[in-house]
Amino acid sequence: MINIKYVKNFKFSIILSVFLMAAGVVGLVLLPFGVSLFNLSIDFLGGTLMQYDLHTTMDTEKLGEISRMVEDITGESPTVQRSGDTGVMIKTVDIDTDTREAVQRALEAKYTVTLLTSENVSASVGADLRDSAIMSVIIASVLMLVYIAIRFEFKSGLAAVLGLIHDVLIMLSVYVIFQIPVDINIIATMLCILAYSINASIVLFDRIRENRRYMPKTEFAEIVDTSTNQTITRNINTTITTLLVLGMIIILGVQSIRDFAIPLAVGLAAGSFSSLFIVGPIWSSFRGKTKEKA
Amino acid sequence: MKKSVLLFMAVLVGIALIALISVYGVDLVAFEIPSYKDGIILGLDLVGGSSITYEADVPAGMPQSEIDAGMLSAEAMLRSRLTAFGYTEAILTRAGSNRIMVSIPKITNPEEAVKMLGSTARLEFRDADENLIMYGSDVKSAKVSIGSVGDNAISQPYVSMEINPDSYEKFRLATKEAAQKASEGKNYIAIYLDNELQSSPTVEAGFAANGLDPTQGVSITVGGSSEQAKNLAALISIGQMPFDLKQVELRAVGSILGEKALETSIMAGAIGLALVLVFMLVVYRLPGLMADLALLAYAAIMVMLLSAFRVNLTLPGIAGIILTIGMAVDANIIIFARFKEEMRLGKTIRAAVDAGYRRALSAIIDSNITTIIAAVILLMFGTGPIQGFAITLIIGIALSMFTVLVISRFLLNRMVDMNVTNPKLYGV
Repeated sequence: MINIKYVKNFKFSIILSVFLMAAGVVGLVLLPFGVSLFNLSIDFLGGTLMQYDLHTTMDTEKLGEISRMVEDITGESPTVQRSGDTGVMIKTVDIDTDTREAVQRALEAKYTVTLLTSENVSASVGADLRDSAIMSVIIASVLMLVYIAIRFEFKSGLAAVLGLIHDVLIMLSVYVIFQIPVDINIIATMLCILAYSINASIVLFDRIRENRRYMPKTEFAEIVDTSTNQTITRNINTTITTLLVLGMIIILGVQSIRDFAIPLAVGLAAGSFSSLFIVGPIWSSFRGKTKEKA
Repeated sequence: MKKSVLLFMAVLVGIALIALISVYGVDLVAFEIPSYKDGIILGLDLVGGSSITYEADVPAGMPQSEIDAGMLSAEAMLRSRLTAFGYTEAILTRAGSNRIMVSIPKITNPEEAVKMLGSTARLEFRDADENLIMYGSDVKSAKVSIGSVGDNAISQPYVSMEINPDSYEKFRLATKEAAQKASEGKNYIAIYLDNELQSSPTVEAGFAANGLDPTQGVSITVGGSSEQAKNLAALISIGQMPFDLKQVELRAVGSILGEKALETSIMAGAIGLALVLVFMLVVYRLPGLMADLALLAYAAIMVMLLSAFRVNLTLPGIAGIILTIGMAVDANIIIFARFKEEMRLGKTIRAAVDAGYRRALSAIIDSNITTIIAAVILLMFGTGPIQGFAITLIIGIALSMFTVLVISRFLLNRMVDMNVTNPKLYGV
């Protein structure tokens, strides 16, 4: 039988969490000051992103040459990066269709060009996408909180939401550290993590609710520990099965789906961690050392 | 006992049948499910293609009703251009009040499409000998009405146009001439968009001779439905579209990348699923096997539903499906963990199975409802691919609850009925 004292050891879990959240927190705090540690994609800023396979090994010299060429056409300095062995990724400000065509023509004059992706987002669309992203995450979180508050109690809902914020911050750390492009898919990633983490917390809450009926004279902290130990196998097994599938995607998938799967996998693991080591102890500390009344 | 074996087999046959349907499709009277190849529409990120969003460059202060009318014309224009260029699989979607998204699968040169679709329209009215009568810009407005036209007493849908005074006389003469050429079959006015013939409404003798007052407008009758009249009115209105279309968003995926994305996702999904099946079997033994069968049922029904509803499957959509596989397994894990505990308390297998399902129910329902809340919000506020993700997530959650609470439970109970009660088989 597993017997871990989650509430007593809360300080150790929180130290680990703070460490994992650090990059995400710093990234978020700096954002309003115009410093972006995130690799913000054109989805939110507006701009043009073109990826071509040029069927020849890309080196620094060729990339520099392409960069100068694009700057001549657009009048602004672009970001030019290697993509795969023979591909190039060109990121510029929002340019119109004639300019985009001119860039492609110029590449075609020197290389065999295969279009991989071309994306163009104007500033107004970018702002709309950003607003709808923020909006949906806030509304979803509030509604989930309301649901939990109704089904359990408000303090537990609050603890669960703190757990969610914890998971999202860890996910953001992944975006910062691995420089994964922050694009529109981050909404799906984030809501998935929220839902998964809430799932795990609810299974725990459900157990606590049940145990309180059977153990009326026990301290709440102890009930939390017992309940967490009773649900830890489920928690870990579920995370393993989901990570098995996500892991295959990360190993086999193309870049765009990997960019989606990596933060998701880490976020889900964080959700599993927070529902074991963070949420229960927080709920317990909100309640103080009250004994359950029969 | 014998009955249990039969029921158990029946469910297995049922699952196999659904799997066959999802692969080959079924077509009975009033019941048709296409095979997965025909039914599932692959998103542009999987087959390659472009989605182009145009925004109406609306002049400040234009009333919403006028914008709406203009947007209808813009859609009519885009649709006829898409058809003219052979992009028959293209889909038009209105986004917000002043944006239109055009999704064109398998197009190789997105920039060409951007220019071709978005250029200013040239609408012309010509007579039967292709002589220019007037331009679309000479029409002030065109709308659908219902009533009797000319000498014809029957009430029918028609399009009435208000024409600028300068061009009215030209148009009146042209229709009059056309009406007289009925014997040669030249009694029509041809409407061209970008030099492509779009419509050639007949001119009735009585109507042409009417000599209507310019301020009262001119009407064109079209045989048939009000739908046809509406299309004609929208077409004619292209000439006076009160704004230009500006491309504000473009997402193009080359076909090579799209194919690779699809291939690798299917591969990853299949291997991932296989790993989960093995995991469940190893950890939970016999109940795990029942969960595996339920999971296979889940996969088969999922493919069938995606085909039946002709879901537009995108890359995030696939991610959504893969995630719900995890959730389908999760419910089983919650139940089995519960079941093992009950067994340890010394209950019989049958009582433990019952208690496992009963006590896990509230946790499963609560956790799935919160996920559905998140998915519905995504569906409401998200765009394109995000909505695809939300749809597969919602279908997946509903389906996972069904396969777990109905199918795997039923199968496990039949096992118990068959007196398969060796605790070792249940991993205890």
